[in-house]
Formats: sequence, structure tokens, C-alpha cells
Amino acid sequence: MSEESGLIYRISGPVVTAVGISPRMYEVVRVGDEGLMGEVIELHGDQSVIQVYEETSGIKPGEPVVRTGQTLSVKLGPGLLTQIYDGIQRPLEALEETMGVFITRGVDADGLDLTKKWEFNATASAGDEVSGGSVIGFVQETETVEHKIMIPPGHSGKIASIESGEFDITTSVCTLEDGTEIAMMQEWPVRTPRPFKQKNAPDVPLITGQRILDFLFPLAKGGTAGIPGPFGAGKTVTQQQLARWSDAQIVVYIGCGERGNEMTEVLTEFPHLTDPNTGKPLMNRTTMIANTSNMPVAAREASVYTGITIAEYFRDMGYDVALMADSTSRWAEAMREISSRLEEMPGEEGYPAYLSSRLAEFYERAGRVQTLGGDDGSVSVIGAVSPPGGDISEPVSQGTLRIVKVFWGLDAGLARQRHFPAINWLSSYSLYPQALDQWYRDNIASDFPEVRTKISSLLQVEAELQEIVQLVGSDALPMDQQLTLEVARMIREFFLQQNAFHDVDTFSQLGLQYEMAKAILAFQEESEKAMAGGAGLEDVVNVPARTDLMRGRFEEGYAERIGELLGEMSKQIAETMEDN
Amino acid sequence: MSGKEYRTITDVKGPLVFLEKTEPVAYNEIVQLRLSDGTMKNGQVLDTSDDKVIVQVFEGTESVDRQTGVKFLGDVFRLPVSKGLIGRILDGAGKPRDGGPEIVAEDMADIIGAAINPYSRESPEQFIQTGISAIDACTSLVRGQKLPIFSASGLPHNDIALQIARQARLVGSDDDFVVVFCAMGITAEEYNFFVQDLERTGALENAALFVNLADDPAVERLITPRLALTAAEYLAFEHDYHVLVIYTDMTNYCESLRQIGAAREEVPGRRGYPGYMYTDLAMMYERAGMVKGKKGSITQFPILTMPGDDITHPIPDLSGYITEGQIVISRELHQKGIYPPINVLPSLSRLMNAGIGEGKTREDHKSVSDQLYAAYAGGRELRGLVAIVGEDALNERDLQLLKFADIFEDQFLRQSRDEDRSIDEGTLDLAWNLLTNIDTKYLVRLDQKWIDKYHPTEKNS
Repeated sequence: MSEESGLIYRISGPVVTAVGISPRMYEVVRVGDEGLMGEVIELHGDQSVIQVYEETSGIKPGEPVVRTGQTLSVKLGPGLLTQIYDGIQRPLEALEETMGVFITRGVDADGLDLTKKWEFNATASAGDEVSGGSVIGFVQETETVEHKIMIPPGHSGKIASIESGEFDITTSVCTLEDGTEIAMMQEWPVRTPRPFKQKNAPDVPLITGQRILDFLFPLAKGGTAGIPGPFGAGKTVTQQQLARWSDAQIVVYIGCGERGNEMTEVLTEFPHLTDPNTGKPLMNRTTMIANTSNMPVAAREASVYTGITIAEYFRDMGYDVALMADSTSRWAEAMREISSRLEEMPGEEGYPAYLSSRLAEFYERAGRVQTLGGDDGSVSVIGAVSPPGGDISEPVSQGTLRIVKVFWGLDAGLARQRHFPAINWLSSYSLYPQALDQWYRDNIASDFPEVRTKISSLLQVEAELQEIVQLVGSDALPMDQQLTLEVARMIREFFLQQNAFHDVDTFSQLGLQYEMAKAILAFQEESEKAMAGGAGLEDVVNVPARTDLMRGRFEEGYAERIGELLGEMSKQIAETMEDN
Repeated sequence: MSGKEYRTITDVKGPLVFLEKTEPVAYNEIVQLRLSDGTMKNGQVLDTSDDKVIVQVFEGTESVDRQTGVKFLGDVFRLPVSKGLIGRILDGAGKPRDGGPEIVAEDMADIIGAAINPYSRESPEQFIQTGISAIDACTSLVRGQKLPIFSASGLPHNDIALQIARQARLVGSDDDFVVVFCAMGITAEEYNFFVQDLERTGALENAALFVNLADDPAVERLITPRLALTAAEYLAFEHDYHVLVIYTDMTNYCESLRQIGAAREEVPGRRGYPGYMYTDLAMMYERAGMVKGKKGSITQFPILTMPGDDITHPIPDLSGYITEGQIVISRELHQKGIYPPINVLPSLSRLMNAGIGEGKTREDHKSVSDQLYAAYAGGRELRGLVAIVGEDALNERDLQLLKFADIFEDQFLRQSRDEDRSIDEGTLDLAWNLLTNIDTKYLVRLDQKWIDKYHPTEKNS
């Protein structure tokens, strides 16, 4: 029996044990008569334990297992954008062509179309000194994205020849003096982070158009955020909103062990949505990985790595990439399932003991970096977490919170009141504001950080007052505190609540967010004045112009009208004083 | 290799049988056991290697001994499917239970089923009117959705499921639903209740039933829902039917899953349920949907009883993470005598937004639904406060909300078991009428344009 192929010894669900081969760890092997794709995850005496990325029903001991010599890799090059892949980078469209609507098994499909010709525009020229990561040209991959062609890491030298023109992605477009041929496509093993020069501190916010996120709990470009929440609290809607409206140049969306219909929704909707930053369809900048809950569990484990490797690749071109992983809990469960089939000693709640280190390794692949080519690029990672029963004391939530810098805590109570996004403003946090404040002062308004502080402290005060109200009722509070409650209510209903399904309200420019916050503070200030001058709380709260100001956010052109609406509100509030 | 019978059983543990020294046996292959008295049992391979095979026996391992003959049938479990399934009653293993002939197979379908390619799915967006206001207005159901009923023992979830099965239809369409009903470990009494109701309304002729009752083998429950879904898939995607799958009770299914896990000595997840329960449930729930190029659809209504009314229990919890929402039945409302006792606050339909609005239900639907929620949630919260401080401490707005909560429960939620309300006049107009009990200035969830158009007393005439 040769070293290159062996036999199946045992099959237990997605885990297959083979004998007669001695592969490397994480090497890809072909399992059974149908050649199912698998990956070596444990070596045990003469046995090799393999996780198989496809359904294993009907496979028998004694069938062959063949080594490929490769580790699990993705193909990187033009053609990644607008694609939807399964967990091991098989394009779902290609799978439909070969298997029909149901995913059967034993079908191979290349992650990129190897025959399609792309127009390569060389930007480097013969005689240039290049090394891994150097940009040598580009392809206009979609209307909005220039796909830069880079020297793969590990190569360097002087360019002997380089040629613009139409090529497929495996044809050489550039030759180095040592004879190395460079094609537009490169491959990279998914479990190895792509190299960069150095990590930089994130100091630019990732603007999402979601008021509670941008204004109170901002994420920096290159930062990490966790969104834990019970089912129905809006994790997926929040993730999808981020995929839609974030001002990243590239979005990688990983649907990991989630619902099939949700992925379909993204697929049917994104081509029709316009990117507010470019005016072009959002799909142009998006790559999706969909490994739904009923697709093979081992491929679910791999999907997260496939996604982040693609994200890093675009980062290396100098782009800001936002990656959404929905949901990392399903990824962790996939690890648990495989681990239990391996009969490993479990850690907490049956999860493998290496759970938290895997989570940390994953989030650590985020960051703002100076690329090998010398550009500035970033990968921001936003991971949804689905804690059982909504209780975040469980291992996946805790493992995530130890690493991420932003915590957007979804709250079932808020969701029940249909307060969306149901992000709890008292328990959520972001560690980025300090690093970002200078940016806000320079780009939005010089008092931006102060306005934010005022808004969040009003919410704090409200929480304290609410405790008293629960005991004695709001009428028992002094007038100024009752006003505070009204102002806080305005913050909640007018500012924090945002309707993801409303054409206008779904996205708020940062400048407008600031104006809205200022309008709330103006209401507070002028009401205090009017009440000091004799007006009643009911009078100031019920001025019609306040309702107009609040309802106005649902109409086009609100940013232009808010100043005028605010003026009218101030006028009417001042009049309440005269009436008394 | 059929024909060869092994008598190499080494261990029998709970529902599992362990054998050694066999020919290569495929994972998930089906197995026939012949007991010494000639009785036949069926099973399935759970683990296979050169030296040892583990078989799960559907009928339980009673009377199995070391002399029992074991035959591997060389295939995975398949159900004979045909249009003739409609109108039939089968047992939990897919054999006729109604005294009728065997199903004449048009095809033999693998019951595990394959995952639908997400790229090939069609977005579900056709509103199904159930005639129940609480569902239609607040947790609207669409064709191809999976929407479980989270209930608990002693609550009328079966009545609600039946009412939905009776009344569900697409507005402006004559297409009927075919019902596939799957019973897992329910009592004979509950089963009779379903059958009699389906018979009374004539729906039985349009239904296929798969029945595993409380006294049938527990392990068989693991395949019953898969049979039902395989039948549903065949009817939907080969014969263009719109299929409504009702299965009850998922809690019994999960118990059986736990039993197998324990017998295999697997590392348990929460509360002893196996760590792969999420994936296992997903492999059934995800079989709902619509696919491109096919006319039919599968809509699922799994019913599960929450142990101890606890929504965070692993069964409802994992289900909620997979299904597209949930309808929560409330003991409190039931005890107040309100039918259907649906608590709309924790209930949710994730596909609602795709299925409602102009051209589907009515343009104001979303606004009205948001406003109902907000007002009812506000009112319910105030009930707690009033219990402490009394109504006198409330301001005008709060008083109106408090009153609204009672009106909402009494007039909007409450309806009779055969009352079929239309979405526009029956449900949305009723909602507007009830909202007149609150001053419009407090109705902040309503767009002004809908107030102008629909508000019974404030609209522009």
C-alpha cells in the first residue's frame, strides 16, 4: 500500500478514520469511492482522523482515502466579488448547475472561474523591484471595485516582463527575472493568517448609518465587535444592516450555520440596494459564504476561515474590509460536534478546551495594517453570538467578550417592545471612542464627543429615575426630573430607535446623527427655560412642532429640513411661556 | 451483500445493538433484525468500522439476544413516495395504519433529505391569511416559512394548529394546502382529536398522516418526522402542491434524541441533550421553503411544549435559533379565558416584512402592527406599576395605554374557534377601531399619512 492512499477504517457521522496513509495535519484528502473532500484533524498511531465536508451516508469501511498534499486553501483573484460560496469556497451557483436545487455530494467546483478572461492593466513595468504584496496591476472587477493584482507573499525580484491585456486568471501576466511566473490568481491556506508589515492603531470609525452604533458605541475600521443576543432580538437584521450600510469598500458576509431563507434574502436584495457611498449596487462589493444549518457541519467549521482569508486578501490591496460572521456560536458548535466525535476531553458545556484560543485567533486576524505593499488596509470583524437562552455567561459569549473591543448587547426585553435595534444602551460598550474622538472633532463637529457624553449620561440618569418611578409613579417626581424622563424618552424613540425596513430611516449620515442629538439637547435646554418661565411640562412636550421634528426623520431630505424644524420647535416652546 | 445474516451481537444497550466481524457496512445503512421467535425489527447503522458496527433499533431492543440474526440491506432508509400518499394514514415507520394497501411507489426517496442550495431558494413572500388576528396582524405567516408554536402542557395549541390548517389560504387565490401531519409520541386521545377534526372538515382527504403514538417505540420517533418531510418534499417539488406540515410534539422527538445520545455515552450538551441537536433539528426545519423553478412550497408548523413553560429550555431555544420566528402560547391569557391565548409580545415572524404591505396585505399593515405592539407592551408593563401605586399615579397617556391592553386582549386577540377574519376588514380595520382609544398624539409608530387615510375619526374625508 502506497503512502499516497489508504483505506477507510471507521465512519461516525462527519468523522472518518483512515489507515495506511501518513498525511500532514490539516492536509486535504479525498474520501471514499466518490472522492468526498475531507481534512486531516488528528493523527493517532497509524490512524488518521478526517473531518469530511460532505454527507457521509452510505460510505463503507474499506473504501479508499487519497492524499492531495495540499492544505485547505482558497483561490484568490478576480471573480470573488458578487459570489456566494459554501464553506469550502464552492460557488453555490456552480453547484446548482451540476446538482440541481438540492446539494448532493462528490461534486468539485473551482472557487473562481478559471476560463473567464479579465482585462489586466499593468501598473508596474519591467525592471521594477517587487516583493510579496507589491501591486503590479489591476482588473476592474466590478463597477466600483478595482481588483489589484499582487505578487504572492514569498516571492520577490525584478520584473523581467509584464503585459496588459485580456487573460484568464491562471495565465502568467508577469515574469520575474528568476523565472517565476505570476498569474492573477493565487492560493492561500485558510488556517494561516496572510502576512502584513505591521499592525496600526485603528483611529477612523467604521460608519454604519445606524445611530446607536455610530454615535454611542462606535466601531473603528480594523476593530472587532461582538453581538450576542437571544433569538429574535435582531442579530441577523443588525448584521445585515452593517453589510448594507457600512462605509467599507469590501464586505464579506459569512452565514455560518444559519437559515437558508436569510441568505436568499441577502442574495435577492443586495443587487437592488444602492451603496450610499458609491451609488452603485451593494452586491458589487460583497462576497458571501453560506453554510446553512443543515449543510455539513465540518464545512461550517471551515467557512469562517474561508471568509476571513478572503477578507485579508482584499485588505492586502489596501481596502477597508468589513467581515460579518453570523453566527460564531454555530461555528463553535461545529467544533464541539467534531470534538465530541473525536472523543476529546470536553471543556465547559461540552465545548472543546481550545474553544477560546480558536476564537481569539480568529478575531486577531482583524486589524488595521500596513500591508506588505505599503498601503493602509483594514479588516473589521463583527461576530454575532447566539447564547443559549440569551444567557451570556456561556463559553462562546465569554470567550468572545474577552477579545472584542465593542460589545453590542441585544436585549430580548427591548425586542419585545419593538424597540429596534434592540441594543441595550446601558450594558453595551465600545473601547474605541477615545481613539476616534479626534476624527469626530475634525470631520463632524468640534463638540461631537461632548454631545455624545451628554446623551449617554441622560440615558443613565433615566435608568436611575425609572427605578423610582417603578415605586412611586412618575407624577411624584419633581418637574425637572419629569422633563429629564421626557428628554430621555425622546432619545430612545426618536434617536436610538431606527427602522431597518423603512426606506429613509434605515440609514442616517453621521452629520445628521449629530444634528438629531443636538436637537434633543436643544429641546431640553429650551424646555427648561420655558418651564422656568412658567410653562407646564405638558405644554412643552405637546408642542406640535416637536412631533413634526420627530416624524420628519421618515421623510427624504430630512438633513436639509432639520434646522428649520428645530427653529419652529424652539419658537413654539418659547411661546408656551408667553401663554402662561 | 443482502442475504448474509450475522449472529455476532456482542452488546445490547438501550436501543442500540453492537456487532462485530461483519463485512464492510455503510454508515446510515438500514438493517433488519430477526429475533429467535421470528419477529422482525428494523434499524439503522450509527457507527461503522472494520471491527464494530453500532445499530440503532427503531422498535426497541426488547427480546433481542445474542442469537438474533442481523441483515444489512445495502441501502439507506427510503420512503416509497407517490401522490397516493394523500388521504392515507401511515405509522411512524411509514407502513399503512389505515388498513389500506401498501403505497405504490412512484419513487423511493432518501429520508435524510439533502440541503436546499441557498442559491436555489426562492424568497418566501406570499402572505398566508390564517384568519386569526393575532397571527395575521402581528406575526404574519408566509408561504415557505417555518413557524413553530411554542406551547406548554395544558394549553390549546392543537386547536390553534387545526384552526390554521382549516383556514390558511393565500388571499386572492384558490390554491389549497395539502396537510402533512406528523405525530410524535402524542397520546391516542390527542391523535383522535386531530383526526376527528380533519374528518369533520373534510380535510382528511387532503392530508397525509404519519403517526407515532405515545405507546409506539420511542426511537422510531427519530424517523417519523423525516418520513413526513420526505413526503412533503415529494408532493411540493414533484407535484406542485403547497404543503402545510404540522408536527407535534417536537419535545418528544428531542427526548428520543437524548436517549440515543445517552446510550452511546456521548458527551452531552446542555441538560443532557446531545451537542448536535441544533444541527439535527436544522436538518428538519430547513426542509421548509420554496425553490426556484418549482411551483410548490413547504410551510412548517412544528408544535413543541416547553418543559416547565421555560422558553430558555434547550428545545425551544435551539428551535428559535433555526425557525423563522415563533408563536408563543401564554398560560396567563389562557387562564383569563382568552382564545387563542397568543402572547404577541414574545411571538415573532421573521419573514413578515417580506409578506406584508402594499399589494400583499395593505400599505398600513407594518405601521399598524408596530403600533399595536408598542401600545400593548406599554399597557402590560403599566399593569405591574398599577398594582403598586394605583391608577391615580398615572398620567393621561399611561391610563390610555393601560385601558388599551385590556381592550386589545378582549377584542383583538379573542375570537372563536371557527371565526375566520379577513386581513383588511376583519383584522386591520378592527385594529384601527381599537386604536381610537388612544389619542393620536401618542400613536408615534403610525405614519401621519396612514392616520390621514385610515384613522376612523381623524382621517381626511
